[in-house]
Amino acid sequence: MEFVLTFNQPVEEIERHDDPQQGPAAMEPWKAYMGEMAAAGVMRGGNRLAPPWTATTVRSRGGQRMVQDGPFADTKELAAGYVVIDVASLDEALKWAEKSPSTAIGSTEVRPVARPPQ
Amino acid sequence: MSAEPDEPTRAAAIAAARESYGRLLSWLARQWRDIAAAEDALAEAFATALTCWPRDGVPASPEGWLMTAAKRNLLKMARRRRRDEDPAMTVLFPTEHDEAPAPVAVPDDRLRLMFVCAHPAIDPGVRSALMLQTVLGLDAVRIAQAFLVSGEAMTKRLVRAKAKIKATGIRFEEPERDDVPARLDAVLDAIYGAYTLHWGQADDAASRALAEEALFLAELAAAQLPDDAEAMGLLAMILFCEARHPARLDAQGEFVPLDQQDPNRWDAGRIDRANVLLARAAVHHDPGPFQIEAAIQSAHCHRLQAMSTPWSDIAWLYERLLALHPSIGARIGHAVAVAQATGDPAAGLRLLDQIDGKTLQVHQPWVAARAHLLAAMPGRQADAVKAYRHALALTREPALQRHLARQIDALRRPLH
Repeated sequence: MEFVLTFNQPVEEIERHDDPQQGPAAMEPWKAYMGEMAAAGVMRGGNRLAPPWTATTVRSRGGQRMVQDGPFADTKELAAGYVVIDVASLDEALKWAEKSPSTAIGSTEVRPVARPPQ
Repeated sequence: MSAEPDEPTRAAAIAAARESYGRLLSWLARQWRDIAAAEDALAEAFATALTCWPRDGVPASPEGWLMTAAKRNLLKMARRRRRDEDPAMTVLFPTEHDEAPAPVAVPDDRLRLMFVCAHPAIDPGVRSALMLQTVLGLDAVRIAQAFLVSGEAMTKRLVRAKAKIKATGIRFEEPERDDVPARLDAVLDAIYGAYTLHWGQADDAASRALAEEALFLAELAAAQLPDDAEAMGLLAMILFCEARHPARLDAQGEFVPLDQQDPNRWDAGRIDRANVLLARAAVHHDPGPFQIEAAIQSAHCHRLQAMSTPWSDIAWLYERLLALHPSIGARIGHAVAVAQATGDPAAGLRLLDQIDGKTLQVHQPWVAARAHLLAAMPGRQADAVKAYRHALALTREPALQRHLARQIDALRRPLH
């Protein structure tokens, strides 16, 4: 089963990653985490996202396009990246989510990829 | 010849530096698609010039020299980041040791840079600041003072806006045809925002300099958009306001309201220029809020030729402005003009009290306009004093505070 793990981080943590001095050290636990998933053969793909202040939100109502600076929801925790993993069950996906560095300071959302009705 | 440069010489030097800075930065930022890197490289080039030029003499083409130096700095910075294999860069910078100054003039990409700064994906609240910094080279601390925020907060907002432009690859190209009107409006709005920043602040050298910087941006936009009526309208409006500025304070440094100013102290040259611009804009038959605002300012300058102010024309212009672009400022202006045109302050007061807005009670121009109208109404002196006190508490400008205090004194005197 494929699951998407979305890593939600507090803004301060995202700022730490974006900082040229602190960034490399902040990346270390992530490298280890990603390496572990790759070695286990569960990783299907994923990306780190640019910081939320580079986000733009678009809405279209009645043919009128509205472009707005900023992420869809300006909350305390924001998506900082995601991976797609292929595991046998939700329990296994939750185990991988628990290991994510984001889980200890922010949160990690686990959601299965939708499959067409059989 | 005197050792100290005279005022026009100094102004010319400042204008040349502004011209060069904006042209060089726009060109570098467009080539490199990274405003922050281009700013760093250009700052270093200016610093190098300060040590090299006195020693080696000013180069024949200072702009070309600065561009070459900045390009070299960008290449060095990129090498430092071990990106020298990037093919795009190799095309752009064939040789690092290209010492010859650029033979051709730097192409003018400043309008493109303004379009980038006013892109819909950029927070409208940071667009004016971004233009002041990138097109004019103003530092974040000075911009922060004008926006009444801390230097640190302003630096962060500007850094993030530039990071967004870089990360999202906002193109330094002309906007698509369908987007042009909206994007033009955003550019002019940001310049207007830069100009109005100093309103209500202490009338000091820093605020004067900011007004002049905004005027320069408006000149630039009008020069680069020669067929845009609203760009001409915005420039005309700023010229009218700036023309009257010398008469704002009397010889003792006290505030003089517009209708009591001595027209002989206005800058007639700027008023003439603004009127010519407004007439040229009208030929396009494309009226917009900036042209109407300029027309209102033009009417306020009529006292230069005639003895009186055409208040009914002004009231009519405000009605047109409100139909096109309703704003609290326009509604206040309309109310005051109606009161003047009809000689009935109560009519103006009714219009003022019809405006609704969450922050209206602390909106200084609204409170001051109410006080002004109440003062002209029999039996409302006590209300007028109250409103003037409120208006006084809401202003930061010392000359205006003293002016409001005098109004209060004048109203209270007959009561004792």
